Amino acid sequence: MTKLTASNLSLAYGRQLIIDNLDFAVPEGRITVLIGANGSGKSTLLRALARLMKPEAGAVLLDGKDIAHTSTKEVARKLAMLPQGPVAPEGITVLQLVKQGRYPYQSWLQQWSEADERAVRAALEATGMTPLAERPVDALSGGQRQRAWIAMTLAQGTATVLLDEPTTYLDLTHQIEILDLLYTLNEREGRTVVMVLHDMNLACRYAHHLVAVKDRGIYAQGAPGDIVNAELIRNVFELDAHIIPDPLYGTPLCIPASQARRAQERQAAVPVHA
Amino acid sequence: MRSKHLAAEKKASGSRYTALRSRRLPASALLDKRAVLAAIVLAAAIILMVLFSAGIGTMRIHPLDVLKVFAGQGQEVHKTVVFQFRLPRIALSLLVGASLAASGAIVQGMIRNPLASPDLVGITNGAAVAATSLIALTGGAASVRWLPLAAICGAAAAALLIYVLAWKRGVTPLRLVLVGIGLSSALSAITSVMVIASPLRIAGQALVWLTGSVYGAAWSGVLTLLPWTAAGLALAFVLARQVSAQQLGDDIAVGLGSRLQLQRLALLALSVALAGSAVALAGGIAFIGLMAPHMARRLVGPAFGAALPVAALCGGLLMLAADLAARTVFMPTEIPAGVFTAAIGAPFFIYLLRRRRSSP
Ligand SMILES: Nc1ncnc2c1ncn2[C@@H]1O[C@H](COP(=O)(O)OP(=O)(O)O)[C@@H](O)[C@H]1O
Ligand SMILES: [Mg+2]
Repeated sequence: MTKLTASNLSLAYGRQLIIDNLDFAVPEGRITVLIGANGSGKSTLLRALARLMKPEAGAVLLDGKDIAHTSTKEVARKLAMLPQGPVAPEGITVLQLVKQGRYPYQSWLQQWSEADERAVRAALEATGMTPLAERPVDALSGGQRQRAWIAMTLAQGTATVLLDEPTTYLDLTHQIEILDLLYTLNEREGRTVVMVLHDMNLACRYAHHLVAVKDRGIYAQGAPGDIVNAELIRNVFELDAHIIPDPLYGTPLCIPASQARRAQERQAAVPVHA
Repeated sequence: MRSKHLAAEKKASGSRYTALRSRRLPASALLDKRAVLAAIVLAAAIILMVLFSAGIGTMRIHPLDVLKVFAGQGQEVHKTVVFQFRLPRIALSLLVGASLAASGAIVQGMIRNPLASPDLVGITNGAAVAATSLIALTGGAASVRWLPLAAICGAAAAALLIYVLAWKRGVTPLRLVLVGIGLSSALSAITSVMVIASPLRIAGQALVWLTGSVYGAAWSGVLTLLPWTAAGLALAFVLARQVSAQQLGDDIAVGLGSRLQLQRLALLALSVALAGSAVALAGGIAFIGLMAPHMARRLVGPAFGAALPVAALCGGLLMLAADLAARTVFMPTEIPAGVFTAAIGAPFFIYLLRRRRSSP
């Protein structure tokens, strides 16, 4: 298990401060989902956790060691990051892409060890990409493509996986498919998952730990059932909403109110379990 | 690595690959059989082309007689023509083509754009300014000895300037391209002024250099370039993993544990050494650095360890063909080989542009 924490972390682009003096510990072996309005700094925070961005102040600690002063290869063996909307080189096959996940274990001499082969095979299997291994990534559907990238991050064999909006641009079916995949990985292999999700309802359904980002820091965090209420939605998203239990899983379901449709058009509350 | 240490396993993932693992050393590799096949076919094509090419000219020699010459037999006059005049030129073509192709493959991988070429990081234009300045300022024959040195210094200076100007807490491919395009056009303007301001004879000499040719190549030139090409290709092969990682984008490369900026600088220096040395000996041969890597990727895909050797072979073959055309199409008049690489390269570039625009 690895322990990933942020300590007094401040992040900025030039003069613009995005995250201010944040303390945060990623719960081990759990699924953590970051939510928040557009531009609130979720991606920035995730990038900093993956040492893709240097902190303005403070530090990100991996197993107690400052990530900025740890060899980048060593970090890559403990922590994998899938950024938003990655673009594969033209013509690369799924297998070639997934193989890249073994980079932190390879050297010029040791380019394809048995461990590499096992990890790649397991990653292809877990994502259901084995039959598509020889296909070019650019010939795949959006959902398959995202699965190929996730397979690459899994092949990296890290205890912690960070993903920035892994379901964006996917239709509902494929969103569920990707989230189910990550959920299963967490259940079966105990991998720590930290991801940014846009869909509040899916975030509530899949997160063990929900983190709402606002005003350069964390507005609230905890189990979705404990922290999600109308007030949180109003403060984090500036939106009026009703929260009801998800009829399938009982997790909070957010029903946003509209501005354009008037209050008197609303139906009298319909029983949910119809 | 001796072969008896290696255990070839057929059961490797997928039929396209064979895993090679040493039982004693911590050494292993995944061999792409498709790349091996492509390399063998290209090498065979090059050998045939060499036999054919060495026999063509004002004195025609049958390919079988060329073969005899290589075997140390055959007529004296054939030996002289092949070894003294044609072979140095053929060998230089191969080295120049392979170097430009490898350089182009590195730049395209690093910048993540198949339309990039060594010209983009200022190598050709930097070399051109230095070479034309030398020709224009010293005029004529005295400059010829110093031309290669001036050219490679010019190439290195231009690339360094682009790198420094593009630096802002690291160098990104986009800034490298933007600064590269800007500086390259400024340099090419300077070159034009040099040529225009020179007397006609000098301007002619400069223009031939700018177009690029291996006319009058001698063994000394081949031996000058050989260590650059050999060391450059070997180093490129060692760095192949880094190029493959960088092709995935900066964030993913860093996430995988790549030391991005350091490796980018090393790769840039390597592409300058490869293309700069080739340009120093053959002038501004255009488009091979663009075309050859593209052909290689079409044949074996973008994995750099496989694409690099195939690209180098494609580049050698292209340059060999271009020089054969240069020597023979308007025989006995010689045309600079660069005319032919441009004649194929320019339409090819437009084709690539159009193809990319129509794809999403
Ligand atoms: N590369 C960048 N340079 C400058 N500002 C940026 C950059 N990336 C993001 N920002 C700004 O930082 C803020 C937070 O962005 P981001 O972390 O992407 O938000 P989120 O992922 O929550 O939508 C935004 O205001 C955005 O405009
Ligand atoms: Mg974002």
